[in-house]
Amino acid sequence: MTFSARHLLGIEHLHPVEITTLLDLAETYVAFNRAPGKHSDVLAGLTQINMFFENSTRTQASFELAGKRLGADVMSMSMQASSIKKGETLIDTALTLNAMHPDLLVVRHPHSGAVNLLAEKVNCAVLNAGDGRHEHPTQALLDALTIRRAKGRLHRLTVAICGDIAHSRVARSNILLLGKMESRIRLIGPPTLIPAGARDWGVEVFDDMRAGLEGADVVMMLRLQKERMDGGFIPSEREYYHRFGLDAEKLAYAKDDAIVMHPGPMNRGVEIDGTLADDINRSVIQEQVEMGVAVRMAAMELLARNLRARAGAVPA
Amino acid sequence: MSLLFTNARLIDPEAGSETTGSLWVADGAIRALPDGPLPQAERTVDCGGHCLAPGIVDLGVKVSEPGERHKESFRSAGLAAAAGGITTMVTRPDPPPAIDTPEVLEFVPRRAKADSVVRVEPMAALTKGREGREMTEIGFLKDAGAVAFTDCDRVVQNTKVFSRALTYARSLGALVIAHPQDPGLSDGACTTSGKFASLKGLPAVSPMAERMALDRDMALVEMTGARYHADQITSARSLPALERAKRNGLDVTAGVGIHHLTLNELDVGDYRTFFKIKPPLRSEDDRRAMVEALANGLIDVLCSMHTPQDEESKRLPFEEAASGAVALQTLLPAALRLVHAGAISLPLLWRAISLNPARRLGLPAGRLSPGAPADLVLFDPDAPFLLDRFTLLSKSKNTPFDGQRMEGKVLGTWVGGERVFEA
Repeated sequence: MTFSARHLLGIEHLHPVEITTLLDLAETYVAFNRAPGKHSDVLAGLTQINMFFENSTRTQASFELAGKRLGADVMSMSMQASSIKKGETLIDTALTLNAMHPDLLVVRHPHSGAVNLLAEKVNCAVLNAGDGRHEHPTQALLDALTIRRAKGRLHRLTVAICGDIAHSRVARSNILLLGKMESRIRLIGPPTLIPAGARDWGVEVFDDMRAGLEGADVVMMLRLQKERMDGGFIPSEREYYHRFGLDAEKLAYAKDDAIVMHPGPMNRGVEIDGTLADDINRSVIQEQVEMGVAVRMAAMELLARNLRARAGAVPA
Repeated sequence: MSLLFTNARLIDPEAGSETTGSLWVADGAIRALPDGPLPQAERTVDCGGHCLAPGIVDLGVKVSEPGERHKESFRSAGLAAAAGGITTMVTRPDPPPAIDTPEVLEFVPRRAKADSVVRVEPMAALTKGREGREMTEIGFLKDAGAVAFTDCDRVVQNTKVFSRALTYARSLGALVIAHPQDPGLSDGACTTSGKFASLKGLPAVSPMAERMALDRDMALVEMTGARYHADQITSARSLPALERAKRNGLDVTAGVGIHHLTLNELDVGDYRTFFKIKPPLRSEDDRRAMVEALANGLIDVLCSMHTPQDEESKRLPFEEAASGAVALQTLLPAALRLVHAGAISLPLLWRAISLNPARRLGLPAGRLSPGAPADLVLFDPDAPFLLDRFTLLSKSKNTPFDGQRMEGKVLGTWVGGERVFEA
């Protein structure tokens, strides 16, 4: 078995071979999703529950579609509106859902580590759809697939990740993944948005965007997460755009064929120039969304395989 | 009643010595052995060559009575303390409600006398409700038995309020215990900033927040001349400030909790909430610096910082989970790790764990000399065991040492010559 994990909680515990296995499978789903009869029964009979304790449109839709295309019974719950408002703890919510025998649980939570905690208490496979500032593994995997399709490889690339690194789980998962695949990572942002100790992660850190973009193959922009700000990380949006917003002038410092990525949703005119985001020659932002569905299909298929293998191995 | 301990390895923190011999106890106190043959005692304890030392004086135990008795009562804490070789619990005033009036304070010795098998010396809040606005009735509280004044893990932010409380406390000779932590910088943090916390995506604080607050407090102590004790110094960055204050003759001492000497930030691992304590666990460099500071006496007091939390308050995402760990029964075996690692000798450890806290609070305990109370612990420092948290006598079982191999078992504990624990 080249993908042995029980849950997909983060990139941290994945082996490079597992990452490659997953991306190879996802690649087949890219073609599958472009064909007209895009339905299979790989997950038929399995129940997938999406639990989102934090707002999400894109990720939730992507997971839902991925499950449906593979034939799972999918239910999405917006947890902000339900039981936590009544004082139920995360673990009780998890145990309640666990009693309904789901097979795949997709969870997003505003606190780092909350998905790990939940995974300890349930019998099904858990997919982390983002926990606090910790990890967002499927985002990193879809980014990797996008990069691999554009660049033909994941090793020996120079990837610049720009913006609010401190509050970004997307950045953490990408740093872990690209590091495992032996690419060179640069972090660019104002020092107030670079996490403490980031230099010890084996990355280069820049607060001058032009210097950081010099010779980059991939430019990954991050959303400036206004809702996460305590206030006071940057002086103003316009100064931020001036120094760290991606426009054609700054992008010229990267390689001529450098691609531009963004996990979405974008703040046009804050971290990225609107025209650049729509430039089909440079921006792969729409492709990232497409890869998202394929990667989530692959992730769920692999976890379901392991789930079935385990169920078969243990006598009833 | 008389009691004779024979064949003991006597750990004397006052003399700094470790000798083999006997100890004579009569009427609840240690007495000089008469010359000549050993006297006839009503009871004789053959120590079998194991260590006999003054009982541990644990500065800063949280007993959750009144208010949260389901987490820890004086009965359960007393039993756990006795089993851990602790003969005096110096209790914190931070159960709800805060112990901030003489009327509430009186509850503590009354309940302790009825329920606890070990001695209890209460501390009282420095400000009303531990809110940092108005000082408590320090005089009345002291008369009612408060041995020190502290708002525990809350920092008196307003320097005017704090300086007045220090000035007033000084006039009464009262000891003020503070928690040096800059409240602004540490706001919302539950880990120490650095590579690990950033990777885990947890809100973190630089250990500099401790240094900053200690610097502030040292200035206020210099200004007011108060008697001051820092509850926990946990970072190497704080040590120069502490060293300078002592060198300048300020009446300052400092403590450290056992977890900061035996664990580091990496132990949190995958969000293990039993390792969430206040201040957060530090880097390995800081841990080593604290061990060294304890061994060379810069840090005076080693304590358990016993903080009971029920399962529910720990079974939460790391950021939401409660802070603190129980440690009455693990203090000694954990501290012995330092002895077994060759970092500190038993007599020096005993200074930090028994003699120094007693001295600082003006208690007669912590000594083996004639006249000292017969508060004693007999232990085998080498006996190995595997810790199962559900065997702990505390009502709360939130120890970070669950499942760990430890060495050091308490064989017996005596308070005032009365046996309160027997293994």
